[in-house]
Amino acid sequence: MAQAQPRSPVEHGAPDPMQYMHPLMKKNYGKWVYHGHPKPGVLMHRAANGEEIWTVKAGTQRQMDHHTIRTLCDIGDRFADGHVRFTTRSNIEFMVAEKKKVEPLIQALNQAGFPVGGTANSVSMIAHTQGWLHCDIPGTDASGVVKALMDELYDEFVKCEMPSRVKLSTSCCEINCGGQADIAIIVQHTKPPKINHDLVANVCERPAVVARCPVAAIRPALVNGKPSLEVDEKKCICCGACYPPCPPMQINDPVHSKIAIWVGGKNSNARIKPTFHKLVASGLPNNAPRWPEVAEVVKNILRVYKADGRPWERMSDWVERIGWPAFFQKTGLPFTKYHIDDWRGSRYTLNTSAHIRF
Amino acid sequence: MTKKMIPTPLLDELETGPWPSFVTGLKRLAKENDMAVDLMGQLETSYKNRVGYWKGGVVGVYGYGAGVIPRFTELKDKDGKPIFPEAAEFHTLRVQPPAGMHYSTDLLRKLCDIWQEHGSGLIAFHGQSGDIMFQGAKTENVQPAFDALNEIGFDLGGAGAAMRTSMSCVGAARCEMSCYDEARALRTVINSNLDEMHRPSLPYKFKFKFSGCPNDCVNSIQRSDMATIGTWKDNIQVNEKLAREWYAAHGSEELVDNVITRCPSKAMRVRKANGEAAPAHVSRVKLDDQQCLEIDNKDCVRCMHCLNVMPGALLPGKQKGVSVLMGGKGVLKIGATLGSVIIPFMKMETDEDYEQLQELARKVLDFFAENALDHERVGETIERIGLANFLEAIEVPVHPSMVAYPRTNPYVRTDDWDEQVAKAQEKAA
Repeated sequence: MAQAQPRSPVEHGAPDPMQYMHPLMKKNYGKWVYHGHPKPGVLMHRAANGEEIWTVKAGTQRQMDHHTIRTLCDIGDRFADGHVRFTTRSNIEFMVAEKKKVEPLIQALNQAGFPVGGTANSVSMIAHTQGWLHCDIPGTDASGVVKALMDELYDEFVKCEMPSRVKLSTSCCEINCGGQADIAIIVQHTKPPKINHDLVANVCERPAVVARCPVAAIRPALVNGKPSLEVDEKKCICCGACYPPCPPMQINDPVHSKIAIWVGGKNSNARIKPTFHKLVASGLPNNAPRWPEVAEVVKNILRVYKADGRPWERMSDWVERIGWPAFFQKTGLPFTKYHIDDWRGSRYTLNTSAHIRF
Repeated sequence: MTKKMIPTPLLDELETGPWPSFVTGLKRLAKENDMAVDLMGQLETSYKNRVGYWKGGVVGVYGYGAGVIPRFTELKDKDGKPIFPEAAEFHTLRVQPPAGMHYSTDLLRKLCDIWQEHGSGLIAFHGQSGDIMFQGAKTENVQPAFDALNEIGFDLGGAGAAMRTSMSCVGAARCEMSCYDEARALRTVINSNLDEMHRPSLPYKFKFKFSGCPNDCVNSIQRSDMATIGTWKDNIQVNEKLAREWYAAHGSEELVDNVITRCPSKAMRVRKANGEAAPAHVSRVKLDDQQCLEIDNKDCVRCMHCLNVMPGALLPGKQKGVSVLMGGKGVLKIGATLGSVIIPFMKMETDEDYEQLQELARKVLDFFAENALDHERVGETIERIGLANFLEAIEVPVHPSMVAYPRTNPYVRTDDWDEQVAKAQEKAA
């Protein structure tokens, strides 16, 4: 029998959201005029015609088994209006047209184990990556780090007691797929790649690998008679950029791949301009399954920020006011030579003024 | 079915604590499919040895060159046989979500049914590029899973050196800050360029993101090569009733500490309410019978802070549109970059306006395809050739909104200065 003709895809592209949207949102699309925040995890939006929609936001584990999704759907059908949406940080939002539906919905979510919160001045769910579960180059896990940390930060998710909103991210390699954040938790390798010279010639496009290195530390070489690559270990900054295009250049190491903490990144334009997070701590062990050392540093920074930050000050606004010396003094984190940038453009990160706080 | 569960003492520790546990979810799946049992076996090994065990490869669907993330296990015994054979192939389908990530529960159940039938039953809402990630399919199941998803209106997303899946904020669907129809802009740009997503031929990835206002809830300035951010040209709109209510509830200390002094461009002042009409570029609203809040819109940089603090009392203006920034990206290779202004303002109301945004996107994609080096993001191209050359190539005139400040060094040849001045004067006229 002849092989069946394969099915040609229909190139739908991004689907039209209108068909899935809550009818009240569809009706008032582009006509909203007000929002309130009656309690943690709850938002009320009002349209120009006076109609209100109530949103209840809940945290999820992002990597969800279909049972979990079906549970959320059941809650959506029984206690909400059958429409949901997800936020960029993998929170789920249930929209209801009537205020009286809010409390039963919150109770149903809590009973099913989903924390309600993540709005306004809370610590929201951590933007994260794939890690050991699915990535081909991970230095650590993602879902596990996030689960362990969110257990510790649970109260800060369900309450709104921070000076401003707090966005966290984790990334399981230095490429930083988790993105910029108020606090970012990112793998930091500390040793050059270990090269399996038997495999390089067959697996890697060598000129492309040479070109990937940000510091030109890689060059073609003949090793044991085989075409391979070698790394000038004095130049190597252990970034791991060579590893994705050349898996025989193993950068991940159970001991020497450490975890670094960065603070003060944000993407919003509110108040100070969008800005990158800055390195504040490193050398933390990749201590699965619960990464207690990382949690301790993160919780400490949050504790100090919570006590010292003023209303509406994001992490970056707060540090801008108190200055970096005070940040390191208040958090007790040591300031080392590695905190001083020496990458291109680093001169602009120096304090070229006599503005010094004492 | 029902392979015996492998002991997972390390993962079990992630079942404690109040946050929803993905491990508990995996265990539920392990009761009904062997792939999840073996996935947990491999993940437990990673937790034990602190290294990952996946490698990539080539797996796809008919007609497309991207959108599936192939994963093959590297955990093999001495004979080269996978230690966890049921998860030896564990591919992900990246699928584009409805713009704004709206779902009906019916739709979510359909997605679950498809993935329960063809995959592991594990779905991530969503990946960092915005894809629904259907995680865990054997090679033979990738095509039927895609066919089923495609039949109900869903399409694969981007991967590799291609246009990637996009994201837009909730925007007009539920936010008073929204300055344009984000979902429409996303679908206009992305769905007009699907060839770049499904049949990758770009030098490297290219991401578009769409935020309705400068709060930038989808992080477009940092996470996309071309960020479309809502803004407005005219005065901030005011609502006296809500302004009075806000002031009555919060008082003068909060007004000073949280609103006035936090304005980054010092555009706000408190003035006596003397009944005089406000100048054309000033928004003025009474806080009580004695005083009013004044915003000089010429000085306002549209940062959103005061609108966030006083919701509804202050709203974006009526002449809405977008600013377009380009060049945002992650660490590789020159270090992380934020997008910088390319189009200070573009009206976004009519069909033609949305078409113009698409034309700009197309022009940049074409330029990128022709001129970027291998594995170079457009932000790196711009850094390499200079913004002025980039602007010339995409036929966008220079504007002082594009710089934080003008050049601070004399290392430039200015032979045709007079010509450039004439050009600027012609534009100004």
